[in-house]
Amino acid sequence: MAKECCKPGGNIMILACSGGSNVGQLSNQAAIELTQEGFGKMFCLAGIGAHLGGFVQSAKDVPAMVAIDGCEVGCAKAILDHAEIQTKNYLVLTELGIEKNKDFNLKAEDIQKVKAAVRSACE
Amino acid sequence: MEIKVLGPGCPKCKQTEQNVKAAVAETGIDATVEKITDIMEIAGYGVFGTPSVIIDGEVKSVGKIPSKDEIKTWIEK
Repeated sequence: MAKECCKPGGNIMILACSGGSNVGQLSNQAAIELTQEGFGKMFCLAGIGAHLGGFVQSAKDVPAMVAIDGCEVGCAKAILDHAEIQTKNYLVLTELGIEKNKDFNLKAEDIQKVKAAVRSACE
Repeated sequence: MEIKVLGPGCPKCKQTEQNVKAAVAETGIDATVEKITDIMEIAGYGVFGTPSVIIDGEVKSVGKIPSKDEIKTWIEK
């Protein structure tokens, strides 16, 4: 966080719905791995949902953001709308052809597909 | 009025602190300006990055240097 404040270039905020299904957890795992790979930085969607000032203002001020919803219910998008935060880049994982279910044994190929889609959405 | 500038001490954070102090001086508002450099304390505000400006507990900006004029609009309200 703060130690990167003067790091050159943008820092992409990654917001995952992290919901209770395979696609929700795929959004979460992709956000984790993209953060670990240095693509961006996962941020706390729950903090925005709770309307905590630091989280909401951070999302409003960040120059680059991607929101990932697992399914078309669109909880992440709804949270951002409710907090009056403009969604800059957005994707829904079921629209990538990944079927929503309750199997939490995430497939490596699906994680890679999501990560590639997130990278593409931010181009 | 209580103003806090969050930042570990980088040039952007120092510039933000200077802008805040200049805005306070120009408006003549009775305010304290505190620089918060402790990483754990900064993390407690839930901000994505620094510098950040907090006025009377309300987070006003995150990850950018607000101009003196912008800060004046916040403290003159």
